[in-house]
Amino acid sequence: MKAGIVIFPGINRERDMAIALAQSSGEAPRMVWHKETDLSGLDLVVIPGGFSFGDYLRCGAMAARSPVMQAVHDHAARGGYVLGVCNGFQILVEAGLLPGALLRNASLRFLSMDCHLRVERSDTVFASRYQRNQTFRAVMAHGDGNYFADDATLDRLEGEGLVAFRYATPQGEVTPEANLNGSVRSIAGIYTPNLRVLGLMPHPEDLVDPLMGGADGKPLFDALAAA
Amino acid sequence: MAREVNQQLAREFGLSAEEYGRVLEIMGRTPSFTELGIFSVMWSEHCSYKSSRVWLKQLPTKAPWVIHGPGENAGVVDIGDGLAAVFKMESHNHPSFIEPYQGAATGVGGILRDVFTMGARPVANLNALRFGRPENPRTKRVVDGVVRGIGGYGNCVGVPTVGGEINFHRAYDGNPLVNAMTVGIASKDRIFLSAAAGIGNPVVYVGSKTGRDGIHGATMASAEFGADSEEKRPTVQVGDPFTEKLLIEACLELMATDAIVAIQDMGAAGLTSSSVEMAGKGGVGIELDIDQVPARETGMSAYEFMLSESQERMLMVLRPDREDVARAIFEKWDLDFAVIGHLTDTGRITVKHQGRIEADIPLAPLADQAPLYHRPTAETPKGEKLNPARIEDRVGLTRALQTLIACPDLCSRRWVWDQYDSSVGGQTVKRPGAADAAVVKLEGLKRAIALTTDCTPRYCAADPEAGGMQAVAEAWRNLTAVGARPLAITDNMNFGNPEKPEIMGQFAAAIRGMAAACEALDFPVVSGNVSLYNETEGRGILPTPAIGGLGVLEDAAQAVGLALPPWLDLVLLGTTKGWIGQSLWLREIAGREDGAPPPVDLAAERAVGDFVRNQILAGTVRACHDVSDGGVLVAIAEMCIASGVGARLATHPRDIPGHAFWFGEDQGRYLVAVPDGAAFIRAAEVASVPAMRIATSGGQDLTLPDGGTISVKALRDAHERFFPAWMEGG
Repeated sequence: MKAGIVIFPGINRERDMAIALAQSSGEAPRMVWHKETDLSGLDLVVIPGGFSFGDYLRCGAMAARSPVMQAVHDHAARGGYVLGVCNGFQILVEAGLLPGALLRNASLRFLSMDCHLRVERSDTVFASRYQRNQTFRAVMAHGDGNYFADDATLDRLEGEGLVAFRYATPQGEVTPEANLNGSVRSIAGIYTPNLRVLGLMPHPEDLVDPLMGGADGKPLFDALAAA
Repeated sequence: MAREVNQQLAREFGLSAEEYGRVLEIMGRTPSFTELGIFSVMWSEHCSYKSSRVWLKQLPTKAPWVIHGPGENAGVVDIGDGLAAVFKMESHNHPSFIEPYQGAATGVGGILRDVFTMGARPVANLNALRFGRPENPRTKRVVDGVVRGIGGYGNCVGVPTVGGEINFHRAYDGNPLVNAMTVGIASKDRIFLSAAAGIGNPVVYVGSKTGRDGIHGATMASAEFGADSEEKRPTVQVGDPFTEKLLIEACLELMATDAIVAIQDMGAAGLTSSSVEMAGKGGVGIELDIDQVPARETGMSAYEFMLSESQERMLMVLRPDREDVARAIFEKWDLDFAVIGHLTDTGRITVKHQGRIEADIPLAPLADQAPLYHRPTAETPKGEKLNPARIEDRVGLTRALQTLIACPDLCSRRWVWDQYDSSVGGQTVKRPGAADAAVVKLEGLKRAIALTTDCTPRYCAADPEAGGMQAVAEAWRNLTAVGARPLAITDNMNFGNPEKPEIMGQFAAAIRGMAAACEALDFPVVSGNVSLYNETEGRGILPTPAIGGLGVLEDAAQAVGLALPPWLDLVLLGTTKGWIGQSLWLREIAGREDGAPPPVDLAAERAVGDFVRNQILAGTVRACHDVSDGGVLVAIAEMCIASGVGARLATHPRDIPGHAFWFGEDQGRYLVAVPDGAAFIRAAEVASVPAMRIATSGGQDLTLPDGGTISVKALRDAHERFFPAWMEGG
C-alpha cells in the first residue's frame, strides 16, 4: 500500500520510519507537512515518534490540533489505515481516534531499552505476519508511555478484541516486571474497532535490520507493504 | 544598570589591572559600559584561551584526511564516500554544578550547534562525566540532574546518545565535569565556515529570542567557585530542545541552497563572540542594530543584548539576493528571522541601540592584543614504580573480582544509558555497553563511524604526561577494538586554576603526552575546548584531558562487540608485566592511591592495535575488548556479563604475582575471542605481537585459576547493583 509520513515540528523518528517502510515496500513514503490537508492517494498514514511541539503541553496535544489532523480523521473514517508510534500514538489518543491516555512512565524516568510485545491477535493487516501469542522485540524510547483508561473503556477494548500488543517476557508471560512503563493491563498498543488504526508505544521501525540488533519489527512493515 | 566604568568595575568583570590598561590603550578613551562588557568576555579564559594557547600549539593537527583542524566551530575529517565527519567536545562544568539539569542540557545544545553550524546533520552524541564521591549527599542530586538534562535535550532533538564514560572521585565533589560531544555528517564539499565576507551583506539573526539569561556566563566559566556558587544560578542558561530541533532542520534546509556566506552559532558570550569572531576572521567590520534583535523581555540594554547567552540562536551572513529564500524557510519552521546589521569596511564592531552608539571597537586589536600568558609551570612529582610482590593480596581473586566489578567506577552504567535514546535515527549498530566504541552506520551506506570518549584522571593526577598519553592511546585502542581505523580526536582539557604553577604544569605535561601519542598513532587533534578554574574553595579537580575519538569502518557489518560467544578461545594480546600502581585493584582492594601509573609504549601500542584491527577486518575475531580499568580479569568478566556466557581461565605465568597479573593495568592490551587460538597466536607471533591463550569460553560460570567459581549471573547482579540501588533506593 502507498504510505505517507506526517511530520509535525519536533517529530524525530520520521527517517527511521521511512527506512523501515521503504525497505519492505521498495517505495519511499510521501512526507506530509503538518500544515497540508490533502492525503489523497495514500492507503496508509503514519505518524512517527518524536516530541511534536516539544511536548511542552500534554504529549501530542498540540499536534492533535494541527491542520493535517482533520484529513487524518477523514482518512480513518473512509476506512484508511493509520499507524501511530510513540508520539504518534499519543497524538492519535489526543485527537480522539483512539481511547485512553499515555501518562508519565511509572518510574518517572525516560526509558530507552528493548522490550518484548505479545501479539494479542494476528488477524489484522498490521499483525498478519506474526502468530497470535508470539512475542517480538521492539525498542522502547519514551518518557510518557504508561497507557491508561478507565475500567469501562478497558473492558470494552478487551471485549471487542482491540488490544493489539501487551508488554511481556520473551516467553510471552505478561508480568509486572515486563511491564516497564506501568501501563494498565500491560497494554502497549490498541486498535480501532475496524482494526485499521493502530497506536503503539515501542518502535518496530528501529528493529528491521539484523545489523542494528534484530529484524523483529520487519514483519509488521512487510505485512503493510503487501496489503 | 550602566555604572561608571573604571578599574574597579573591570575587576568585577574579570579583567586584571594590566588587561584593563590594555583596553584603555586600544580604545584611547574610557570604554563604555557595553564596550567593557565586550572586552571582558572576549578576553575571558573561556573565549580567549589566554593561559592555554601557548601549549595547545604543540598538538599535532594535520593528516591527509583532516579537512579542518582547530579554529573552526568543530573539526572536520574525510571519512570516504564523499562525506565528512564534523565533531567536537565541549565542557559545561560550572553550569552543571550550579543547576545540573539545565547546565547539562544546554551543554548538549551548545555542542550540537557547533556541529550543525558547519552544515552537518548531527548523528551521535556522547558525554564524558566526572562526579564527586557517591557518599557525598550532593553527588546524587548532580548525577540525577545531569543525566536527566542530557536525556531531556538529546532525546528531544532526536540525536542518539551512543556512548560516554563516568568516573567518581572526591576531587569532583564541588566541581563535576560535564563534557558533551557531538558528531555530524556532511558532504565534504559543503562545509560551512564562519569567516564573514561581502561588504554590505546582511547580518541575520535566527532562532530563539534574546532574554537576560546567561549574562556573563563565559566569565563565570573562567573563575573558581566560592561558597557562594549557588547565587550564580541566574547566570545559567535555560535550554529549549524543541527550538533546537527546528533550528537544525531550518539551517540544514537553508544550507541546501546557496544563500549562506558565513554562519556561526551564538554560544558562550552570545552575540558578542559570534559577531566579533565572524567579522574578525573575515577581516571586515560589522555594524549591529540592537533594536532589530528579537527580544524575549522589554527594557534590555545594549550590554544585556550583547552578553546574553540565551540558547538556540545563530548568526549568519547571507547573500543579499537570497534574503527572501532564507526568510521563507525560517518562517516555515516558526523561528525568528531578523536582519540585525550588515558588514562594513571599517574593521570595527559598531553597536547601535535606540539611536545611540553603545560600542565601537576596532576588531583587529581586540583579537591580536588579547592577553596571552606564559604562566609559570611546576612539574608534578613522579610517584615510584610499585613492586606488586611487596603489596600483599589479602582477599584473593574471587573476592577482589566481585568487589571491583561492583564498584562505582567499574559497575554497569545501564541505569544511565537506559535514560538516553540511543537508537533514534535507526543507524546505531553498537549501542552503549555493546562494544568498546559506539558504532553508527551512515544512512543508506555500508560505511560506519566509531566513537569513544576516554580519560583516566587518576593516571593524569599521578603523572600528567603519562596520563595524557594514555588518554589518547585508550581512545585509539577503543576504536581499534571494534575494527575501526582511528582518524582524529577532539580534546576537552579540564583543569584547575592556571595561575597556580602546579596546575599549569599539569596542563603542559598532559599536552606533551597527548602530542606524543597523537604523533605516533597518526591521530591528530581537530577540535577542542579548554575548561580551567575547575576549583571550589581552592581545591582543584584531578587533571582531566578528556579525549573524544572518531574512527571509520568501511563496512558496518565488520564491527565486533565485546560480548563473549561460547566455545571460543580467548587470547590476550600485548605485554603483561603486572603494573599495579594507580590501578583500581590498588585503590579498591588495598586502599591505596599511590605509585606511578602504567606507561604507554607507543610503538607497541601501534603494532598490537594494527594487528588486532587487521584480524577483525579479516573476519577471524568474534569479540574484542581492550584491557583497561581493573585489568584482565575485570575485562574478561565484562565480556562474560555482556553475553551471559562463562569462561574457564588458564593459569598465569609464575613470574608475576596473581593479583598483579589479573588486575594490573598494563597498557596496550586486548582480549580477542577466536575459534582457533593456536592459529591466532601463530599469526600474532609472525607479526611480533605478544599473545597468550588466557581462557576458553562456555558454560554459565567463570572459573578462576585458583579454583574459585562465580556464576555469570552472580557477576551480572553485582555489576548491575550500584546505580539503581544508589539512585532509586531512597
